[in-house]
Amino acid sequence: MRPSPSWLSPKKRRQLLRSSNHSMFTPATRASRHDSSAPARSFVQRLRTGDEAAFLITLVCAASIVVITVLLVVELYSASAASRHRFGWSFLFSRTWDPVAGDFGALAFIYGTLVTSALALLLAVPLGVGAAIFLAELARRRVSDYLTFLIELLAAVPSVIYGLLAIFVLVPILRTIEPGLRAVLGFLPLFQGPFYGVSLFSAGVVLAIMIVPFIISISREVLLAVPLEQREGALALGATKWESTWQVVVPFARTGIIGSIFLALARALGETMAVTMVIGNQPAINTSLFAPGYSIAAVIANEFTEATGDLYISALIQLGLVLFALTMIINAAARLLILATEKKGARR
Amino acid sequence: MTYREAQRRLVNGFMLSLTGVCALFTVSVLFFILGYLLWNGGTSLNWDFFTKLPKPVGESGGGMANAIVGSGKLIFLASLIGIPVGFLGGVYLAEFGSGSFSFVVRYTTDLLNGVPSIVMGIFAYAMIVLPQRHFSTLAGGAALGVMMIPVTIRSTEEFLKAVPDALREGAMALGASKSKAIITVVIPAAIQGILTGIMLGIARIAGETAPLLFTSFSNRYWSPGWNQPIASLPVMIFTYAVSPYEDWHRQAWSAGFVLLSLVLVINTVARVLLSKGGYGRR
Repeated sequence: MRPSPSWLSPKKRRQLLRSSNHSMFTPATRASRHDSSAPARSFVQRLRTGDEAAFLITLVCAASIVVITVLLVVELYSASAASRHRFGWSFLFSRTWDPVAGDFGALAFIYGTLVTSALALLLAVPLGVGAAIFLAELARRRVSDYLTFLIELLAAVPSVIYGLLAIFVLVPILRTIEPGLRAVLGFLPLFQGPFYGVSLFSAGVVLAIMIVPFIISISREVLLAVPLEQREGALALGATKWESTWQVVVPFARTGIIGSIFLALARALGETMAVTMVIGNQPAINTSLFAPGYSIAAVIANEFTEATGDLYISALIQLGLVLFALTMIINAAARLLILATEKKGARR
Repeated sequence: MTYREAQRRLVNGFMLSLTGVCALFTVSVLFFILGYLLWNGGTSLNWDFFTKLPKPVGESGGGMANAIVGSGKLIFLASLIGIPVGFLGGVYLAEFGSGSFSFVVRYTTDLLNGVPSIVMGIFAYAMIVLPQRHFSTLAGGAALGVMMIPVTIRSTEEFLKAVPDALREGAMALGASKSKAIITVVIPAAIQGILTGIMLGIARIAGETAPLLFTSFSNRYWSPGWNQPIASLPVMIFTYAVSPYEDWHRQAWSAGFVLLSLVLVINTVARVLLSKGGYGRR
């Protein structure tokens, strides 16, 4: 979410809100407007003026979001009870996934999720931050706005469409790149073994393409929020444009940029369709990025409707719980970081 | 010019052009994606796609008329849930919320916004599909509707807050009650922004696939009423793209073309509207 434009200082705003609430909720003042001798009016009377009705209706809607979130957590927790009781914490560390024998462990999926997300960040962060620096510091404001508009459109493209493009366009492209990559980095165990197209590598690349727009649009905003004096100060001391950008502006916006990376990471972890379509769907832990793998979201998408037996379903829901916990932690961290930068920018 | 100075200039020029390359690369990826999909999808599109039902496996031809209608029905159901709840919740946060409760609401809204869509699917499955014992349009619409709430709440709040307090004070000084001031003055002043927020929310859920896989499932025929499994464009793209049939791939491209056009048109219109004016203009 973008920061809301502030046309009032927070303090003044609080005061205003407090005073308006005061006049609204104190029956005495309200009553005195109509009849100074009347005692507090009945609930029905207050309802008739509309204020209380509006307050209650909107309150119920706002509260419903809290209810939904609580229900979501409770449902995930209670529906995974069978699996949680059976496997306990060892669910997280077991690499067997055998629906026939009824033996379930999440390690292979956690591995696949983390590896693809890490690869995506590795590719997307330098590209995204570089582009954000260009858009915030170098490009003319008009050009920058147009390009950002296009890049934000890229963020709106549905994930299943990225999956479609990944299967039919990206994988063939990666096949042509693969021999070159193997020649340069083949000594690493990460780039050995046969490459069939569907792999952890392909999933990581498509994830990178999907999260770049987020990194760019948030980082650019954070960079634009850095006060002009910071740049002028550095330039006045004789720094080149790059030195002022890299040694003054970027460090100033560092926490916000890290926040945008965390947000992108949370998205990458939870991304389902595009990954499901190219990761290869093999619940195994392979060192090589060229080997097929499996991610948490992908296994839920593929096996949920085919799951037979309560334990199987329960294990899949427990995977959902793990994914939920993972993304919530990352998201919370991201919000705190972005909030911290905004405060810093406002203070100076 | 000293060596050190030359080096600094060199680094300056090199790094700055590198950032330009980064920006150029990302934007060209966008054009490549759009261009490829428009070309490939547009050429494989035909009239049958919009009017015919899917053919049985192995036969070529047929279309996705049921999936187009299905997506429409799902989006309608989702809007029925997501727009009123999100809008009124946003009004609460902007106009009435100032205490710790509204902090909790804001925080959970952000939390819910970050929940992976597949987890939302599990939630709808546990809440609706399990008690009903079958997949239904209702479950799919509910899953999408819940996903729409956070986006609508936050954009409504943001645009209402951008309306100057002077307007509220003016209305109240004329004797309007607080609710009357909100309904007749504040909301109309912010309506443009609120509507664009809602449009962006619809565009977002229109392409969601993961929550539909095990709530509305899919259907190769028409789905009358609201209580049966129903086909939708995103799920059809998924099933057709991972299938081994050449003709299904072609139809997946057509469906991708239709879906992407829909999403991009809504997004562009919303953003252009937003930049045209009103409070909270970006």
